[in-house]
Amino acid sequence: MAGLAAAFGSGAMTNSIAEIEDAGCILIIGSNTTSCHPLIARRVLRAKEKGAKLIVADPRNIQLSRFADVSVNHRLGSDVALLNGMMHLILQNDWHAKQYIAERTEGFEALEETLKAYTPEKVQAITGVDVHDLGKITQLYATHPPASLLYAMGITQHTTGVDNVKSCCNLAMLCGNVGVYGGGVNPLRGQNNVQGACDMGGLPNVLTGYQPVTDAGVREKFAQAWGRDIPEKPGLTITDMVPAMLEGKLKGLYVIGENPKLSDPDWNHLNHALKQLDFLVVQDLFLSETAQVADVVFSAASVAEKEGTVTNTERRCMRLHKAVDPIHNTLPDWEIISRLSTAMAYDMSYENPEAIFNEIASLTPNSYAGMTYERMGLDGLQWPCPDPHHPGTPYLHKDKFARGKGRFHALEYQDPAEMPDEEYPYFLTTGRMFAHFHTGTMTRVSPHLDVEQKTGYAEINPTDAGKLTVNEGDILVLSSRRGRMEAPAHVTESVEPGTIFLPIHFGENPTNVLTDAEAFDPLAKIPEFKVSAVKIEKLTIE
Amino acid sequence: MECKLVPSICSYCGTGCGLLFEVIDDQIVNTLPMKTHPVNEGKLCIKGWNLHEHVNSFLRLKQPLIKTFGRFIKADWNEAIGLAADRFRNIIDQYGPDSVGVLVSAKITNEENYLAQKFARAVIGTNNVDHCARL
Repeated sequence: MAGLAAAFGSGAMTNSIAEIEDAGCILIIGSNTTSCHPLIARRVLRAKEKGAKLIVADPRNIQLSRFADVSVNHRLGSDVALLNGMMHLILQNDWHAKQYIAERTEGFEALEETLKAYTPEKVQAITGVDVHDLGKITQLYATHPPASLLYAMGITQHTTGVDNVKSCCNLAMLCGNVGVYGGGVNPLRGQNNVQGACDMGGLPNVLTGYQPVTDAGVREKFAQAWGRDIPEKPGLTITDMVPAMLEGKLKGLYVIGENPKLSDPDWNHLNHALKQLDFLVVQDLFLSETAQVADVVFSAASVAEKEGTVTNTERRCMRLHKAVDPIHNTLPDWEIISRLSTAMAYDMSYENPEAIFNEIASLTPNSYAGMTYERMGLDGLQWPCPDPHHPGTPYLHKDKFARGKGRFHALEYQDPAEMPDEEYPYFLTTGRMFAHFHTGTMTRVSPHLDVEQKTGYAEINPTDAGKLTVNEGDILVLSSRRGRMEAPAHVTESVEPGTIFLPIHFGENPTNVLTDAEAFDPLAKIPEFKVSAVKIEKLTIE
Repeated sequence: MECKLVPSICSYCGTGCGLLFEVIDDQIVNTLPMKTHPVNEGKLCIKGWNLHEHVNSFLRLKQPLIKTFGRFIKADWNEAIGLAADRFRNIIDQYGPDSVGVLVSAKITNEENYLAQKFARAVIGTNNVDHCARL
């Protein structure tokens, strides 16, 4: 979200899910929307029925590619080049929103200068997208306002993730698509409360509502409310915690509802790091891969067994209601944290989650201040909701960007950290499938979801399969500079020749054995899950 | 037989579809889409329709566990919380608050995330708090 915040001043989806239906054009880049966000994909298809143009740019042929007016397969990790190429053509054809750029943005001249070099021919050489297709997608995006841009992990999980996001923002602002109904730059969040976890200060550098820990006034306010001094120095990100464990600087870790053993890059590296800890507590619904190596496991209650709120990808804060009591000897996460705090001589006694929410609202002036459980009702409220009479905000940056002026960033394309070579000749990318969620801890125990897809697999193009004499279901051995794993082959045109795709949900085929913990975006610290280089062999039994 | 429909929000993905748990005699038997909800307008995907299945899974943890000589032993809350509090306290006393980290979650509620980072900052005394939005 660092890229969005730098460009607009707010790290969240700019527009609402329902507005997608009313877009004039939808550009989907790095999101397999029908698999990962099916009810957002529904809006995309509804928009199409209403006459919107649909562009899909993805290294794989995803389901939505078939519905697109134009679909392109740009090479893995070449997003900045593709987007720069589109903007080059927009300027060449004089399709940019000149008045909007002049009044509402800054940094345009530098961008214009950088874009000069991104001729369609150069872009074709980098991305593999032919000149004609590039022209078509640019024309569709630039001439059918309002254009909505949707992206997901396909944009962010790269060493250039922040640049990719900034490029999306550049494109949208260039055509005046930010701050308008039906347009925007819309990151689709992968987990149900990622937005909320960030909003609540679940980050090493900010408290609730993105109030920086480095701000003395903010620290003072929270110190007053909490009765303890707030540390001034920003903390470690998850990507920094792993080396800190290995160096013996991080001794204790409390993991709540996460399974980093399967979701972190470079499994071997992390596994080794967790062993260096003096003490690991894991709090979860299941004995996940990470919980298995813990010293203490706290058994948590499920979503149906507690009250509380979650905030979705469009900033809508909504209530969960308790349907049944916690099973056996489990407790809601809030109660476990309260008890642990109290045991550590810091009294945390809340009557219920509503009391906690009211404390949050009182400390979070712009976004959550005007929300109460009663006001949320069944529909929820979208932040910013600064006062008790504010109706909530369906789309951001309406007359003015959150940071004042929208900022263009002039960016050059950079290769991913690892490109295929003679030894590791294939691109490897990772992703998700429709019936499963993240590391599979919840969906794989669900009989109706498990039956849809029981095992992991490796997608391989028929051309490559032919070369290796691999048939559907044959076991492939994949190896990278980090490790090796096996998975059955799924021969499909979904992937281009030279590319292998692996779903991330399956602990017995852990994709993070292959991916690289050393390759991450320098600013956002997001690992490059989407591109690595591998070699593949067919497993033969002697 | 008592039957009720309890409104909630789907846990899978960030779309945030509104749904209803169908509860019969204190057992969740089904998940239904919420017709009035502004996000999903009465529709759900295959994951949403089956949300109750993970809640009812026999694989759910049923009590806290403490590892002793490499094996998990069932514990009660006082033991588990007491042990964790003592161990964290020892680590802080010996190595300082920045030797402890907290990973909060995109799968728990706002209130719980808030308390978890409050725990890190006010109780432990560190800003070493992050979650897996990056992953």
